[in-house]
Amino acid sequence: MPDIKQQAFIRKLRKHIPASCILSESADLLPYECDGLSAYRQTPWLVALPETAAQVQGIVRCCHESSIAIVARGAGTGLSGGALPINNGLLLSLAKLKDILSIDPANRLATVQPGVRNIAITQAASKYGLYYAPDPSSQIACSIGGNVAENAGGVHCLKYGLTVHNIASLKIITIEGEQLTIGSAGFDSPGYDLLALLTGSEGLLGIITEVTVRLLPAPEFAQVILASFSTVEAAGDAVTAVISSGIIPAGLEIMDHLAIRAAEDFVHAGYPVDAAGLLLCELDGAKTEVISQMESVKETLQKAGANSLLIAKDEAERQRFWAGRKAAFPAVGRLAPDYYCMDGTIPRKHLGKVLATISQWSAEYGLPVANVFHAGDGNLHPLILYDANKPGELERTEEFGGRILELCISVGGTITGEHGVGMEKINQMCSQFTAAELQQFHAIKAAFDPEGLLNPGKAIPTLVRCAEFGQMHVHQGALPFPELERF
Amino acid sequence: MSIIEQLRETVLDAYKSKTPLAITGGRSKTFFGRSIEATPLEVASNTGIINYEPSELVITVRAGTRLSEIETALAEHRQMLAFEPPHFGKTATLGGTIACGFSGPRRASAGAARDFILGTKIINGKGELLKFGGQVMKNVAGYDVSRLMTGALGTLGVLTELSLKVLPMPEKETSLCFECSEQTALDLLQQWLGENQPLSASSFYRGTLCVRLSGSAQAIDQTVQSLGGDTLEQASEHWLSLREQTHHFFKKDQPLWRVSLPPATPAQAIIDADSLFEWHGGQRWITGDIDNINTYYSDSYKTFFRNKINNTPFQPLPAPLLSLHQRIKQAMDPEGILNPGKIHKDF
Repeated sequence: MPDIKQQAFIRKLRKHIPASCILSESADLLPYECDGLSAYRQTPWLVALPETAAQVQGIVRCCHESSIAIVARGAGTGLSGGALPINNGLLLSLAKLKDILSIDPANRLATVQPGVRNIAITQAASKYGLYYAPDPSSQIACSIGGNVAENAGGVHCLKYGLTVHNIASLKIITIEGEQLTIGSAGFDSPGYDLLALLTGSEGLLGIITEVTVRLLPAPEFAQVILASFSTVEAAGDAVTAVISSGIIPAGLEIMDHLAIRAAEDFVHAGYPVDAAGLLLCELDGAKTEVISQMESVKETLQKAGANSLLIAKDEAERQRFWAGRKAAFPAVGRLAPDYYCMDGTIPRKHLGKVLATISQWSAEYGLPVANVFHAGDGNLHPLILYDANKPGELERTEEFGGRILELCISVGGTITGEHGVGMEKINQMCSQFTAAELQQFHAIKAAFDPEGLLNPGKAIPTLVRCAEFGQMHVHQGALPFPELERF
Repeated sequence: MSIIEQLRETVLDAYKSKTPLAITGGRSKTFFGRSIEATPLEVASNTGIINYEPSELVITVRAGTRLSEIETALAEHRQMLAFEPPHFGKTATLGGTIACGFSGPRRASAGAARDFILGTKIINGKGELLKFGGQVMKNVAGYDVSRLMTGALGTLGVLTELSLKVLPMPEKETSLCFECSEQTALDLLQQWLGENQPLSASSFYRGTLCVRLSGSAQAIDQTVQSLGGDTLEQASEHWLSLREQTHHFFKKDQPLWRVSLPPATPAQAIIDADSLFEWHGGQRWITGDIDNINTYYSDSYKTFFRNKINNTPFQPLPAPLLSLHQRIKQAMDPEGILNPGKIHKDF
């Protein structure tokens, strides 16, 4: 049966975009039913694929006039369901806005459209000896608009920061269809730090149509050392020792036994497969500095009880060492039909306790867990292996995952370090924040989007949802949000 | 009752009675922002380092803690606040520094105050004690309200607790100076930055470019050889005098403008006034009797930093941004009781 409302809305959109930029047939909508979190699926009502910022503005105005909700989507690589469509809303794909608009080598800035892939910025800047530092593992596919919306990280955050530290300005379209410039090409700009507020706001506050990123000069030299340990905790203690020695490595990654084995089988990186914990530590900068600091790191790791130490002898070996880490997710993915990737962050000192608890729960649930860990900044990525075709296994995996996130909160950490809340962790937001804090978030949202049309239902749970969730999760005998009615 | 509980009750009462409050800490930065009339809310007694773990690179303090106390604690472990905040007086508190969003000489290389904020506890305009962010490096749960507080001049909440990322002090620092024109200084800086030279601060004043190099001893020695120039005598005093604005360029009673712009912006001759730049060209100071500051650096963000002759220190916001600011202010402080008008007369 034809959807009359849909037909009328398409006619409206057609004033702003050609028919080829609108998808409404179910076969065409199917590729958009999920993002990188494929366990959650929903066919969108309609997909729009604008080619210019002006078209984005036109589409947003149509949606605002007709009170149609908008879910923005970049490359669709997000891991928290942030771009999960809603069944009566428009999915706004920004993938066709993929021009690099300008590069300013003197001020080390690049201005790009939101659909530009993360790595394409570095590729375009490389002729000036510059690069864009944040490097999420999906960097060959993920787009900068999504990086900003999620405040994407990567393996070099400890030294170079997250997306929020590496962007200068944004152009956004508000839900009213107004274009705003946030931030500036200088070091600061008048008024509130809206650049920080928008970064990581998961498409709830505005639609990004342009991003100016800060570029850095490519380091003269980089070197990586591999250290194996008898336990993952020992590898964690070694990280503490390196940082205490006054060195901030460019990358500090830990993998556990299961992850090491999987990565080695998959890409043959040259990892010691008998190690219980493997630490990758990369230093970059001026060659003399890297060489002298590497000597000191080597000594620190030896003192910290490393069983073996291997410094990449050349650039090819360095790349190979990293290939193992960067391929860890797909490598672990070969061990089971499905895996579920968590993203909690903890103060590093609690690593031992958290890993031991996860391993105990893993045995209880009968679900294996591989751990990869951005150790420098405490960001854990436990990968729970499961089989979605086995009845009930996804539900048990989600329950296990939820418990891991609550464990992260209980040791003073957070439910998400870099993947975002999206749809996936929305219930755990009720554990991390109080009702007053969530209401403050909703008030901020309303300052941008009073009708709640931008990515509704994501990132910040309603208090009603928390009350319902609270019935299932009684913490130390106390129901969260006791002031709310239960139903 | 704890200090924080007392502050919360005071704000709650003010919310109920719609009484404007002027948040008052160490009074070292009263010159900054618009002058407002409101009942003082004294926050300087909310002091103390709550948690500092050098190997986690995180310090958590109550907002009234003096900057000097924090810096001493960090220095014991050879760590620092990498944004090198100015104090502008012995009583300077971390809360005031963050509320003003002030960063010092290392800002252009290491990052600004906002870049090091990991979490905050605040009292919003409804007298609610709220916690945002945390004590970990990476945290994307919820909107980044902590960073939003930086530079908001207390108009969105009373800061009660702050968690910051800290960094190790560099192994070695050496400063060099070069005689050259302002434009040559800007060109040299951009060239050196493009080459990844370990600059951690720079200044240019009356024909002298000064740069500070920070890093491992070997790297600094090598850079000194390759850059040439003369060794800057009394270097730490020089950078301190810029940070604290005690350098003789900053005259006591003259209007002082701060101009923030892309660092490679070409130099402009300033008529009948004095100028100095820092932050590799990204922060330019102009002092003197200037008829119209807008004659200079058309595409920039200008602040009437000190000795303002009217009560409009910040440049106006475009209309749609202004209304968004008003709505955000309303979301955090519905009755408009927290430092109302401190940034802009309309919020």
